[in-house]
Amino acid sequence: MPVTQTHIPEWSDLIRADRVHGSLYSNPAVFEEELEKIWYRTWVYVGHESEVPSANDFVMKSIGPQAVIMARGEDGEVRLLQNRCPHRGNQVCTEASGNARTFTCPYHKWTFANDGKLTAFAFADGYEGQDMSHLSLGRVPRVASYRGFVFGSLATEGPSLADHLGGAAETIDRLCETSPEGEVEITAGFLQHRVQANWKFVMENETDGYHPGFVHSSIFSVADSGIGGLYGPKSTALTRSYGNGHTEIDLRPEFRRLGQPMGWFGTTVERLPDYATSMNRSYGTEKAREIMIDGTPHVMIFPNLFIAEIQIFVLQARAVDDTIQHVTALQFKGAPDLNRRLRQQTMGSVGPAGFLLADDSEMYERTQRGVAARTPEWIFLGRGEHRERDDADGFRVGHATDEVPSRGMWQHYRSLMEAA
Amino acid sequence: MQADCKDDTLLRDVEQFIYREARLQDEYQYEAWEALWTDDAIYWLPANDADIDPEQQMSIIYDNRSRIGVRVRQLLSGKRHTQEPRSRLRHFVTNVEILSREREEIRAGCNVMVFESNLRGETVWAARTEYLLRPEGGTMRMARKKVALVNNDRPLYTLSFLI
Ligand code: FES
Ligand SMILES: [Fe+2]
Repeated sequence: MPVTQTHIPEWSDLIRADRVHGSLYSNPAVFEEELEKIWYRTWVYVGHESEVPSANDFVMKSIGPQAVIMARGEDGEVRLLQNRCPHRGNQVCTEASGNARTFTCPYHKWTFANDGKLTAFAFADGYEGQDMSHLSLGRVPRVASYRGFVFGSLATEGPSLADHLGGAAETIDRLCETSPEGEVEITAGFLQHRVQANWKFVMENETDGYHPGFVHSSIFSVADSGIGGLYGPKSTALTRSYGNGHTEIDLRPEFRRLGQPMGWFGTTVERLPDYATSMNRSYGTEKAREIMIDGTPHVMIFPNLFIAEIQIFVLQARAVDDTIQHVTALQFKGAPDLNRRLRQQTMGSVGPAGFLLADDSEMYERTQRGVAARTPEWIFLGRGEHRERDDADGFRVGHATDEVPSRGMWQHYRSLMEAA
Repeated sequence: MQADCKDDTLLRDVEQFIYREARLQDEYQYEAWEALWTDDAIYWLPANDADIDPEQQMSIIYDNRSRIGVRVRQLLSGKRHTQEPRSRLRHFVTNVEILSREREEIRAGCNVMVFESNLRGETVWAARTEYLLRPEGGTMRMARKKVALVNNDRPLYTLSFLI
């Protein structure tokens, strides 16, 4: 019988250079601690500016288990509000998205502007002489965006978003360059795929290049996707750890070897003539060709934004064994012909019925049940330790199938959890 | 509305078609199930509402005929991990109605519950399902099947069987 654990040993006893303790995925006390030290402290990806394009647009998002309203004010600024009335705690918004200057709490009719300020309350004489100005909706104290990607931190102080992203910011630049206008849009709506598994199993799998050949062999065998070879033993692709927990599988060496524009998307420029023309016009033929050969990144921004070449996953940790993968197709501004195919391909591969993600998710859930067994206690993450090295920028890299990313995530995780 | 004998027979035929389709799904008769589709078929599970534009918005499934074939071949590969072991399944179909009829094409609707048992546990799925049926080669076939899950706007567990 598994014993419900309520205390956490020293982090250094649970996280070693090449292994981590299984209880880190299953102990509810660890999850509670993660909420305080990670989800409610560090920068967490919340949403994209293109989801609230106009003044007063809002969309319901989350930070870990907490609901967060991402609202664009009359002034154009994007704010993150907590969905909790300062009167008696009722939820002020139950819509998934909309356009609203104000939110009115249905319980006693207090009304809030979309910057959180209380603007009206019923039967005002009952509050005569009281200062009501401090009774606002909770605001996520720090909000910052990078190229349209909006992050929030529930800590009033800490490293800036630029510090947090560090070297990984360049992967977002690379992503945006795939658009002839240099911008990504999130407009196709999300699928919400729930797994009975710890969020770290999901996060680590995103840049695990060891599994695709096995977990996805069924789809590789019936549809020629070309993905399979990228993750074989002979692959020249790299795994990379950027620090701060951000990790990548850099497929560019493989795509450059192939040297075919749009080869990363399994197609050719002839089949996307409008897109190719726009790219050439925006970047010049030489640079456009480079961009179209390199393709989009495969990067996991710690702790919850996975940019997976053609789609994004936003990981939401709800409980120690309850995680939601919010997933949608990436859309590139000024590229309608490409975007249509991105939506089609995304729908086929991800979400609850996806050709790829249904099998990944099966692994998450089996792994969660697996670590309930008491022995051998540890998860072994030593693959490729002997051949990892620093790249020209000083980031740790290894073979496409090596566990450089997991080791990088856990190193950062430990530093966050050990912080006071 | 006055129901005559002909309508009764047609409703019976439609019901029998839907029951048979459900049984083929429940019993993993993937190839026989695939044979029920027309060449221009669409198999659609919308997300976030029953009536979104699947050409613009994400759906859980939006398969054309060739993708239905891929789905079936993946299940037949023996390596579709999420269906190895297979979910144990039973569809329950009720409220079958013929919604409209234009020349040969029949639009039919029903309510469906599916009980699924797999390694995770038991899951109950509920949906409004609509068919576009067409006689072809002496038998009735599906040109379109839309399964609008009641909770398609909520987080959903993996749904890797045929619904
Ligand atoms: S709880 Fe919101 S107005 Fe009373
Ligand atoms: Fe995978």
